[in-house]
Amino acid sequence: MCTTCGCSGDGATLHTHHADDGHDDALTLTPDVRHVSIEQDILSRNDHIAAHNRHDLAHAGVFALNLMSSPGAGKTTLLVKTIEQLAGRLPVAVIEGDQQTSRDAERIRATGAPALQINTGKGCHLDARMVQEALPRLPLQRGGLLMIENVGNLVCPAAFDLGEAHKVVIFSVTEGEDKPLKYPDMFRAADLVLLNKCDLLPYLEFDADLAEANAQRVHPGVRVMRVSATSGEGLDEWLAWLKSHAELCAQSHDHSHEHLHGHHPHGTHA
Amino acid sequence: MHELSLAQSVVELIEAAALREGFTRAHTVRLEIGALSCVEPEALRFAFESATAGSCAQGARLEILPVPGQGECPACSHQAAMDTLYDLCPACGTAPLRVLRGTEMRVRDLDVE
Repeated sequence: MCTTCGCSGDGATLHTHHADDGHDDALTLTPDVRHVSIEQDILSRNDHIAAHNRHDLAHAGVFALNLMSSPGAGKTTLLVKTIEQLAGRLPVAVIEGDQQTSRDAERIRATGAPALQINTGKGCHLDARMVQEALPRLPLQRGGLLMIENVGNLVCPAAFDLGEAHKVVIFSVTEGEDKPLKYPDMFRAADLVLLNKCDLLPYLEFDADLAEANAQRVHPGVRVMRVSATSGEGLDEWLAWLKSHAELCAQSHDHSHEHLHGHHPHGTHA
Repeated sequence: MHELSLAQSVVELIEAAALREGFTRAHTVRLEIGALSCVEPEALRFAFESATAGSCAQGARLEILPVPGQGECPACSHQAAMDTLYDLCPACGTAPLRVLRGTEMRVRDLDVE
């Protein structure tokens, strides 16, 4: 059960049960009870695995993205279009996250790109451990892309580092200009915002400038691209961004390889 | 934020500490939860009870210590309390405050035996 996404409809705040009810019977520190300092982030284990993923991806020279949105914003359609446009130029592998079905992975495989489906069952977000288990099962080529399509959810995935290079949030013109204000964690966590379905703008009263301003309010300086996965509008900028980052990843692999083996052809490194 | 997933992570941290520090039961668990972290404390409390079942923290008293939001203006350096992640600077009103405190989600300490 997810108590925050609303997917089960259960209002957790209506069913509170205080952990100290019935246990408040004069707890005193006896000689047997001692204090232990922990001082650890709750997500430290996830972040540790994510760091391993990040290292493995860098070593493989792969540019990895964590794609997030609410259900229906167009992540999979955009991915399909992206893979079709990059065919023969950049290898793309995909990890698909959904509660159930492998329909999205099948749509990706139909383009010719390898895709691995992760079904989270009751879970509402992917975590680093799931990605860690998926990586060895995908063909990852140096200079290529790994697209991780997260579970459709604008709340929970924001805080879970998967080891990606960047988080990308996709929201569509049918979702309202105030989306960034309503889901600030997601829009702050993302390094790139794709405003999708722009081909529908003539039929809507959606104010795209206001939507961008709201994204900037929550995340000053965030890059925003207006795209349409169906018409192809704006995709050139998105594809150029992908290609330039993939090239950088391919190069940084070579550098880290030299460093690991103690070669310093460019002089001493800090 | 998915409180059940977080509560399970808290239990993992406590179990690892039990092995490391040599204790068998945690009586009290103290968490620091920032006001800007988007953790719903009552949902976390609810999830904690089910997540700790069968662990060394079963039945433990949970203390959630709130950390208020605090930010600094990148334009005029004014510091102010923050209620949301996108609060504008109350002094100059030109820029959203940069978060200094309030996004914490940490296990601070335990009372154990």
